[in-house]
Amino acid sequence: MTPADSGAPVDTRPAAAAANGRDVVLRVAALRKFYGASEVVRGLSFEIRRGKTTTLRCCLGLIDPDGGTIEMVGHPVPEAARVARIRVGVVPQVDNLDPDFTVAENLRIYGRYFGVDRATLAARIPKLLEFAGLGGKEKMGIRTLSGGMKRRLTLARALVNDPELLILDEPTTGLDPQARHLIWDGLRQLLSQGKTILLTTHFMDEAERLATRLAVIDRGTMIACDTPRALIEAEVEPEVIEVFGDAARAWANAQGRALAARLEIAGETAFCYATDPQPLLAALAHVPGVRYLHRPANLEDLFIKLTGRELRD
Amino acid sequence: MATTRIYRLPELSLRFTAVWQRNLLVWRKLAIASVLGNIADPLLYMVALGYGIGAFVPEVGGMKYIAFIGTGMVCQSAMFTSSFEAMYSAFSRMHVQRTWEAIINAPLSLDDVMLAEWIWTASKAVVSTAAILAVIVALGFGHSWLALWIIPLGFAVGLTFGALGLVMNALAPSYDFFTYFFTLVLTPMLLLCGVFFPVDQMPAALQGVAAFLPLKHAIDLARPLVAGVVPGNIVLHLAVLLAYAFAAYYVALVLTRRRLLK
Repeated sequence: MTPADSGAPVDTRPAAAAANGRDVVLRVAALRKFYGASEVVRGLSFEIRRGKTTTLRCCLGLIDPDGGTIEMVGHPVPEAARVARIRVGVVPQVDNLDPDFTVAENLRIYGRYFGVDRATLAARIPKLLEFAGLGGKEKMGIRTLSGGMKRRLTLARALVNDPELLILDEPTTGLDPQARHLIWDGLRQLLSQGKTILLTTHFMDEAERLATRLAVIDRGTMIACDTPRALIEAEVEPEVIEVFGDAARAWANAQGRALAARLEIAGETAFCYATDPQPLLAALAHVPGVRYLHRPANLEDLFIKLTGRELRD
Repeated sequence: MATTRIYRLPELSLRFTAVWQRNLLVWRKLAIASVLGNIADPLLYMVALGYGIGAFVPEVGGMKYIAFIGTGMVCQSAMFTSSFEAMYSAFSRMHVQRTWEAIINAPLSLDDVMLAEWIWTASKAVVSTAAILAVIVALGFGHSWLALWIIPLGFAVGLTFGALGLVMNALAPSYDFFTYFFTLVLTPMLLLCGVFFPVDQMPAALQGVAAFLPLKHAIDLARPLVAGVVPGNIVLHLAVLLAYAFAAYYVALVLTRRRLLK
């Protein structure tokens, strides 16, 4: 049921960044990428999983697009990708901390790749470790860290050059809820400091919590882009009642369809979308063999409405 | 555009030094074990064969046999050290640890990483070359200043085999793949290039093969230097070594770009 194979890049740019005179930190126009004959960005469904990461790799200048233009922190990419990357931080999808070094060494060595001088690094690293909740763990080896600690260290590493733009590729995939909340807290702090964050995620609640602007990408094409609330209001009825249980399907077909503004059945669950939920709730109160959950519409509803319910392998 | 760009010439920048330094810092943590690992084998060969065979063959080409084989071992250790570093160690960093991927998200390019790894393989070759040269000198040979030229020669041998190893690294699906390089490249080098016995004692056909092998040219330079004589044909020998080095490096770079930048 989860939209596991499409993604939503999220531009969580705060108002402050727009006011500082550089309101465009990343501009991608008509980007196309082929692998052999197949078009991955605007491409085929089985390769869509790679669409977001491919787009990010194009933006960083690591691969060359087959069409379109990219401008990152004011520099054309891939032509001036190296200069652009000096002011960008990246949290990759797969952990690639350097296992040959300790926690603090990872930050110091990575800082040198950016040409950050020793004094600046010495002052910056303790603050970054504090930010990442890794204070006192400077000398720990990477292999002894938990998954959540590794992700936080990767986030700290992406900040070692004090970047203007932070790019995160599914930063919380594979983390438990506690670890995920810690990452979210960190990202919110960065937003309040005026950093611009570009984040891709499969988790609609993550997008809803963090994003000020959200683009839904399906099969390599952007199919919607606005604030999460505006997108939901524009596309989805405000109230949702999920009806499940053995009798849910029969009830939905007999009664639900007439009462809901829109009704979708997926597996054993009937999703009833409505502007006024009262008639549905009143009817459901007397139906044996069903349970239901009444909630406001969220991004997941929007995402499924836009991209459909079938799996996208 | 995307397909032709992998063939472009190496983009050189001084930023590669940060990656070279990274490797140096890791190496420093395990330096003693690492140097021992690189020189234990050649030293054992040198001492055991030098005294063992040296008892039957006191002199080869005007040199004590132990000095003869010691000089071969200097070149052999430069070859093995740089090959190992370019295959097993570089493969760990590139494929297993994904360290290269992290580095190229910083303002470094894959070309910088490859240049750093290449220079690093040659740097490690210099360390084992110097260690074995020190043993040769301690045993009473190579007492001419000319012998110090062995150290830059070790760097050149490191560049040659480091580059060949990086080609293998770019093609390797797993560590097992490197066995081919040992059986098909390094072992023939070791046996045909005059490490253990002079090349001119082999049949003409094998001598002809040896003439194309880079290790032979390294040894042709090393032996006179240890004996205190200026080698002949310096330009030819260096040209062969460096031609292999630069050609292999370019191939390795193209193959690595094809592997990682897609």
